[in-house]
Amino acid sequence: MNLEELNAIAHSERLAQAQKRHHLHVCVGTACQALNSEQIAKALQAALKQRGQQQDAAVKCVGCPGLCSLGPLVEVISKEDSAGPRSLLYQFVKPEDADEIVAHLGGEPVKRLETPLDQPFFTRQLKIVLENCGKVDPERIEDYIAIGGYQALMKVLTEMTPQQVIDEITHSGLRGRGGAGFPTGLKWGTVAKADPNRYPTNVPEGIQSRKFVICNGDEGDPGAFMDRSVMEGDPHRVLEGMAIAGYAVGANYGFIYVRAEYPLAVKRLRTAIRQAQRAGLLGSNIGGTPFSFNVEIRLGAGAFVCGEETALIASIEGGRGLPRPRPPFPAEFGLWGCPTLINNVETLANVPPIILKGADWFASIGTEKSKGTKVFALTGQVKHTGLIEVPMGITLREIVFDIGGGMPEGKSFKAVQTGGPSGGCIPAEFLDMPVDYESLAKVGSIMGSGGMIVMDDSTDMVEVARFFMEFCMDESCGKCIPCRAGTVQIHRLLTKIQQGQATERDLQTLEELCDLVKHTSLCGLGQSAPNPVISTLKYFREEYLAKIKREASFSTNGKRVEEHV
Amino acid sequence: MVNQLNRPPSPAGNGQPDARLLSDKRYKLIEATMRRYGYQGHGLIEALHSAQEAFGYLDDFTLRHIARTLRLPPSKVFGVATFYNYFTLKPQGAHTCVVCLGTACYIKGAREVLNAIEAAHQVKAGGTTADNQLSLLTARCFGSCALAPVITFDGETIGKVSPDHVADLIAQRLVGASQVLEHAEP
Repeated sequence: MNLEELNAIAHSERLAQAQKRHHLHVCVGTACQALNSEQIAKALQAALKQRGQQQDAAVKCVGCPGLCSLGPLVEVISKEDSAGPRSLLYQFVKPEDADEIVAHLGGEPVKRLETPLDQPFFTRQLKIVLENCGKVDPERIEDYIAIGGYQALMKVLTEMTPQQVIDEITHSGLRGRGGAGFPTGLKWGTVAKADPNRYPTNVPEGIQSRKFVICNGDEGDPGAFMDRSVMEGDPHRVLEGMAIAGYAVGANYGFIYVRAEYPLAVKRLRTAIRQAQRAGLLGSNIGGTPFSFNVEIRLGAGAFVCGEETALIASIEGGRGLPRPRPPFPAEFGLWGCPTLINNVETLANVPPIILKGADWFASIGTEKSKGTKVFALTGQVKHTGLIEVPMGITLREIVFDIGGGMPEGKSFKAVQTGGPSGGCIPAEFLDMPVDYESLAKVGSIMGSGGMIVMDDSTDMVEVARFFMEFCMDESCGKCIPCRAGTVQIHRLLTKIQQGQATERDLQTLEELCDLVKHTSLCGLGQSAPNPVISTLKYFREEYLAKIKREASFSTNGKRVEEHV
Repeated sequence: MVNQLNRPPSPAGNGQPDARLLSDKRYKLIEATMRRYGYQGHGLIEALHSAQEAFGYLDDFTLRHIARTLRLPPSKVFGVATFYNYFTLKPQGAHTCVVCLGTACYIKGAREVLNAIEAAHQVKAGGTTADNQLSLLTARCFGSCALAPVITFDGETIGKVSPDHVADLIAQRLVGASQVLEHAEP
């Protein structure tokens, strides 16, 4: 397929869509699907048929529009209406409501289901990565092409050299969205320059490439579902980003590593790859140019450590997901010994808009060192839970209280946890801090992949630290001793504190152990595992002390024995 | 990519493949997966996935069969199968209930939900009930955090469960499922 053919598809698809006066978008993301949204789509179709409005309106299954706590969601976009063009959002829709919704098309909205679209949850967001989620049908490539999909790929293939693509990404200031925030352009440049013959390689038969692109979709972080929503809601965007990356670094083969726990994302990605191959947007000689690029899906099997890049490579090679020391970095010595580019799903999804709208546009969003937007999965004790995308530099207060709508009735804010088991708890005093890589690191947390869990005053912070340490203990791969043994000992100490049997001395040991594990572990899992403990010790020390002091008073007056027997 | 020549010969000895491989059609599914990767070692995890999908768990025979076909030492296959949480070496009950213990679910009381199921159905997390009807498992996160706390029953996601009702919810589904089976039988 070349550019003219691509434009022709886009044009005919847009014409077909323009004929309908009303578009009914039903969310079929995992959360809404669990609440029967597919039945709603069917019921809406049936209602349209019954009322003879099929020519007039179309039902489309779309990815996640974000406000999962009010799901299942149905958005009605009307071109011409008594009140002009407008959008309506219906919340908590049930299949029985379908007929009423259809009956009210073009007239008054169904008041009992309507939720305003101008609430801060929507107006305070800025969508780049998620701009298509909730708008395109993830299972139809034509729909993606109609809104300008694959134009960026065509642009780089026909107008830009690989070096120009890398320069554009470098100038945009895009940084890795997986957590550590490594500059993406720099990584791409290193892989592009790497010599595939420097190290001995053992690429399996049948794969004709000496460099690779890997999309890291192993979102193991509990409480995070950004990558899942992007892969489910806009899979073609990920494929397009991968193909552009492949062109820039000189790779002809890509892997998407997805968790097996995300069956819907796997299914949609498989469909998307098949459609793109059939359309000639993946495969040999894309767009009539000499560039070839193939993508294969590899399933994870439930190991948190596989989010670490060297462990992920070991897993794709068919082995246990064990990390190895770096350097050499995967950019020089990666999959089967070849130079390998590993980027997170969200990073790659940022690439097509940067190519189309330019690096300057992207660099104008965000703060000095953190450009663009970040997707967060906002969950926990907050009114509106769901998926949000905000410009870098927004304050935590705006996220929790404006977009999230604040705490549920009668609860008060205590802390927000970012970065999952690798991150820390941020107390109320830092609510006005801007959210960017540096600021979060300064207060002892990390940006992480984007999980953001709000905790209220009833949350026991020692228990939270213990919960995360239990997670890291289970997920430690066992290769290096500080992580394998250290996490177990830290967990044991936290349990002891929780049971009221710890002394001041144990607290000191805990701090020493955290420091040791942080500085001597082999990979990111161990190095960041103590973060939840360190940050809660720093900001909520009195909770630890309270549990110790109680023990001390028991032992002095001799009651402790009675309490525990 | 497909390379039939890569297929190793039948196990040494009588030169005939094991009778189980011939009689059980499910081995053909695993075979297809391994063939797709040219019987090369990097297809191991995918082969284990299709084996688990076909049999529900990975038994000794299947692991040895995969090791032989991919020309890998059985120790490596066993190592990979036990490294990843997704694979199970124990047979599962007729129905599977998975409780999410991810952070968002945990904060909203997933531990109490798990305790309630354990108490009502007489089963520990990771185990199967005595009548082989229900396997209770835990997971790290389904990514459906907006519905926390979440459980899945035979793949169906059930959100916003409460410790008070969850045991009945599962009991109803167990009864419902067996009734459907009874109706299906001629």
